[in-house]
Amino acid sequence: MLRFIVRRGLLSLLILFLAVSLMFGMIHMVPGDPATVMLGPKATPEMKAEFSRRLGLDQPLAVQLGRFYAGLARGDLGEDPFTNREVTVIVWEQLPYTLVLVLVAIGGASLLGIPLGCFSAIRRNSLLDRLTAVMSVAFIAIPSFVVALYLLLWLAVKWRWFPAMGAGESGNLADQAHHLVLPAIALGLGWVGYIARMVRASMLEVMEENHIRTARAFGLPERTVIVHYALRIAMLPTVTILGMGIGTMLSGALFAEIVFSRPGIGKLLYEAVLTRNYPIVMGSVLVTTGFFVLSTLASDIINAMLDPRLRERQGSGE
Amino acid sequence: MTAPVLDIRGLSISYGTEAGALKALRDVDLEVGEGSIIGIVGESGCGKSTLISAIIRLLAPNAQIVQGAVNFKGRDLLGLSSEQMRALRGDEISMVFQDPMTSLNPTLTIGRQMSDVQHRSTVSRSEKNACSVMMLERVGIPDPEAQLKRYPHHLSGGMRQRVAIAMALMAEPSLLIADEPTTALDATLEVQIIHRLKELQREFGCSILFISHHLGVIAELCEEVIVMYAGEVVESGPLREVFIDPKHPYTRKLLECDPARIAEPTRELPVIEGSLPNLVNLPDGCIFKDRCSKAEARCGIEPPKMSGDGHRAACHLLDHFQETSP
Repeated sequence: MLRFIVRRGLLSLLILFLAVSLMFGMIHMVPGDPATVMLGPKATPEMKAEFSRRLGLDQPLAVQLGRFYAGLARGDLGEDPFTNREVTVIVWEQLPYTLVLVLVAIGGASLLGIPLGCFSAIRRNSLLDRLTAVMSVAFIAIPSFVVALYLLLWLAVKWRWFPAMGAGESGNLADQAHHLVLPAIALGLGWVGYIARMVRASMLEVMEENHIRTARAFGLPERTVIVHYALRIAMLPTVTILGMGIGTMLSGALFAEIVFSRPGIGKLLYEAVLTRNYPIVMGSVLVTTGFFVLSTLASDIINAMLDPRLRERQGSGE
Repeated sequence: MTAPVLDIRGLSISYGTEAGALKALRDVDLEVGEGSIIGIVGESGCGKSTLISAIIRLLAPNAQIVQGAVNFKGRDLLGLSSEQMRALRGDEISMVFQDPMTSLNPTLTIGRQMSDVQHRSTVSRSEKNACSVMMLERVGIPDPEAQLKRYPHHLSGGMRQRVAIAMALMAEPSLLIADEPTTALDATLEVQIIHRLKELQREFGCSILFISHHLGVIAELCEEVIVMYAGEVVESGPLREVFIDPKHPYTRKLLECDPARIAEPTRELPVIEGSLPNLVNLPDGCIFKDRCSKAEARCGIEPPKMSGDGHRAACHLLDHFQETSP
């Protein structure tokens, strides 16, 4: 198991390195000189040159990348050229908002989706199964920002059940939780159906397997059969999807953060790209990529804990 | 003779299909005496699996019990609630399944699965493990303590089937149903498992209902044999009588086709010509007439009934076969 984690950890670092380097190259391909965008049309060529020199933008790309990694090794991601604050500080300020939002969204979606999928598989073609099927497809098809807008319109503006904007008063947990509800629903709603469909499909498959018949032939309580014998195996593909889901959601949180005017990494990145604020862009990309890699790693580890065959296969390096 | 452990009378089961009701079992009688080993033999699709699924009431959702009674130690199993039935499973009636590679859960240790099987027992986990170790020892598994921590895929097919047998015997059931338990194993293992099963049956004194299409295994293990064809019992009786003097033409052909019985090496093994009848639209008369070389006019009109005493068969031409038998 330890060997497996070490191997996966090294692989994760490699993925992170590649993703960040790629991103570094890509933002330099975006048209528009950062100095022009940031300093405005009235800036003199001297001011632009000075600005570029200060940010190191006059150096070749490889040197810039090298400097970036050298800084990264020291835990330094540079400074925000506007505020002169450290990028690491800015990113760490924003990160908790997004992280909490994503975890609550995906956690809530799992808490709803897994039992729904399970139940749909066991009571196949029942009313609940059909209802879940229709709702799932509907909510998977609707983009989350549309859901967000309607939630805002009804629950926040019309009925005033939930606040429409912001992340809540800092230090006031109840207020923050209250502010979290709508964005989390907007982000997680599509996932409920998605998870339910995944769990249902794999449960149906697993319930047909011979060892389930064996467990039943020994008169094991149906609850044990479903939860310990079937769901454990049926969860494997879902865990993988959830791992990637958390990763994609970190960047997908952007919609919810913009619609609900929440602070967060998505919003930070969005604004940084618009202003060609390269240090902030790199900082937020690094963090989101890092969490993407981390969440897929976590899902692999969970799967390896669930299935011994997976653990041994990956541990032995096949 | 004491009352039978299992007594099945006139059991008919159909599966709902798009083409209509598939009559998988028709009017099946079966009796398993206390401490006896009964073999059921027949080719694929003869209804063996449906029969055992009906006994333990784990039939597919589209199956319907048309009529009949399944009596187990004086209780009508078909009348029990599903909770009452569950209480019997793995306690008084146990099963060993065909494919040991897939019949154990791949993600749980042998120890976990064996202690789960003891879910009715109130003893501690370590005591359950002690029971598991003892059972594993009895079925002939080396180093049983170490096996508890292992997963099914660490074990060979033969070992897994021993584990399955150990699990089945754990609660000392009155009836053990073995559904082709050795079919997936190679020949030497098959013999080992059969001998072990016979020994264990003597020790535990349980009855065994042994399903196989392998005549040699049936001959090795069973005292009585029931021959099934296309959902009906066509012949039943003491093993020696049925094997030495088969009465039903199907049984005869089945024995002729057994590779173990063919003395001379031949290029082509004998086969039973034709195929199973359509079980949705059953033909009139005898179910085997299309594949029977001696079929007469009356075979196509009237279905034959089981006749005889002890050694019984369902054929219009019993007397005829009696004369020509060697």
